[in-house]
Amino acid sequence: MNKYNPFEKILIYFGIFVFMTFILLPFIEMFYASLRPLDHLFRSPYQFYSDDLSFWAYREMWNTVPMLGRYIFNSFFLASCVAILTLVFVIPAAYAYARFKFPAKNTSLYILLAINMFSGAVILIPLYKLLRTLGLLNSYQSMIIPGVAFLIPTAIWLLKSYFEKIPIDLEEAAFVDGASRVQILRHIIAPLSTPGLVVVGIYAFIGAYAQQFLFAITFNQKKEYMPIPTGLYEFIGYQSVKWNEMMAAALVGMLPVLLLFIFLQKYIVEGLTAGAVKN
Amino acid sequence: MNQKLKSYTAQTYIAYALIAPAALYIILIVAWPLLETIRLSFTNSSLAGEDYVGLENYQKMFSSKKFNGIVTRTFVWMFFSVSLKLIIGLIGAVLLNANLKGRSIFRVLVMPPWVVPIAIGMLGWLWLYNGYFGIIAGVGMRTGILDGPFGFLAYKQSAFISTIIADVWVGTPMVTVFFLAAMQGVPRDLYEAAYCDGASRWDRFFKITLPQITPVIITMSLLSAIWTFNSFEIIWILTEGGPRGSTTTLIIDTYKQALGNYKFGRGAARAVVVMILLMLFAGFYLALLARINKKISHE
Repeated sequence: MNKYNPFEKILIYFGIFVFMTFILLPFIEMFYASLRPLDHLFRSPYQFYSDDLSFWAYREMWNTVPMLGRYIFNSFFLASCVAILTLVFVIPAAYAYARFKFPAKNTSLYILLAINMFSGAVILIPLYKLLRTLGLLNSYQSMIIPGVAFLIPTAIWLLKSYFEKIPIDLEEAAFVDGASRVQILRHIIAPLSTPGLVVVGIYAFIGAYAQQFLFAITFNQKKEYMPIPTGLYEFIGYQSVKWNEMMAAALVGMLPVLLLFIFLQKYIVEGLTAGAVKN
Repeated sequence: MNQKLKSYTAQTYIAYALIAPAALYIILIVAWPLLETIRLSFTNSSLAGEDYVGLENYQKMFSSKKFNGIVTRTFVWMFFSVSLKLIIGLIGAVLLNANLKGRSIFRVLVMPPWVVPIAIGMLGWLWLYNGYFGIIAGVGMRTGILDGPFGFLAYKQSAFISTIIADVWVGTPMVTVFFLAAMQGVPRDLYEAAYCDGASRWDRFFKITLPQITPVIITMSLLSAIWTFNSFEIIWILTEGGPRGSTTTLIIDTYKQALGNYKFGRGAARAVVVMILLMLFAGFYLALLARINKKISHE
């Protein structure tokens, strides 16, 4: 098809530049602030130029907030637990949706979509009371239990579409050869669906990592269980905000999900958009 | 026939058994709390205990001027945020769909705001909006637009706009990615035919691309509306609903009533309003989805 002329090219690149500035400015500015000494940051009006950039804040932040390492561990631990539990609940359900016909199949799939639309905020009150009666407030469980519930719907939809891609003939052939359902699951479904399981697991991990804040501020007040999104706020509340260290810690805190996502973005985006675009 | 019927019911049992764990989990952690919220809204539940109070919470809520202001504000906030997300997302998708060098890198670079935990991304915005030391105030002061430090989150109107911008920042990447995916799904030959007929780039966009991706635009506007309506962390972190309530949306108000003051009954009444509105949105969305699916299967 026709090529762009130089003028159009410049126009498009300029547009992309403006668009990207909006998207990336907070990250660039966070990174820049993390490299600058605090007294450079505390100049008004804003100084665009600093000559003594260093990674000092990345070392000092562990002293300013001594529990920082623990918060990062907590975030990882919580997100991993949520992801694994989500898979445990979702694998059989997604398989059933992909392979069986049963009454209320479509209705229940749509109900799952509808659940996705409720934010955690609507059900916090009963959940708070439930967790309190069970004595689970201020524990890891108080953040894991609600976390799983909100990832199940999308995870079922995602995994269902992966299972559907496995040719049913393979299973039928095995069935004719006398293999049991369990054997089929172990020897055919499991190996073929490993990539799908990995993608859905990582989707659940990223989702769990992202949603920690609300459940953490509502159900947990113990420092030792705090995940990083809430732990970062400890940088505020000392005599002055140590912006450079806070930005350094924030970047470290978002790095794991960012890396995971960049490696797997193709698969995750494909899976998520497939539902909305093609259906 | 009989055989078939038998295997069909056997299948049904297996399917239900496989779905049961997930279904029970959702019933316990989502469905029951939704019903319990409705029940609590008719009580004066607090940490101390609860008594049935009938419609008192609702009467108080709807007769308060403040609450009506919050509902209006929520929709104004939503309207601006969703429209901006759609417009910027569409422009972004068009730009990233252009067949130029580097577009695959840009396509990855749009995504970070979507993936990064909102609570962490908002720390960056807190710094950007800082009235004394932030870059936005800095540029304003140096260009003379501002005549001194200006706390963007400290004044009613600017806080309202600032939270919208931060919300647009979080929501735009997903909209862009979905629009892009839709644009790439438009059949090539449509463009080729139009090109042979001498249609300009402009014509091709308005006569082919736009109509072809309309279903996705409609779905995305509804989905964004739902997510924007639910948006909690952005406002909570930037302003906690202030200054003087100017960024308090329904979700923020619900949270404050319920878990700020532990007035579960009053909070629950607000949560029920949120629920009803969400069900309306969800109903719209599902009806739309069913309609689009029908249309596709007819073609």
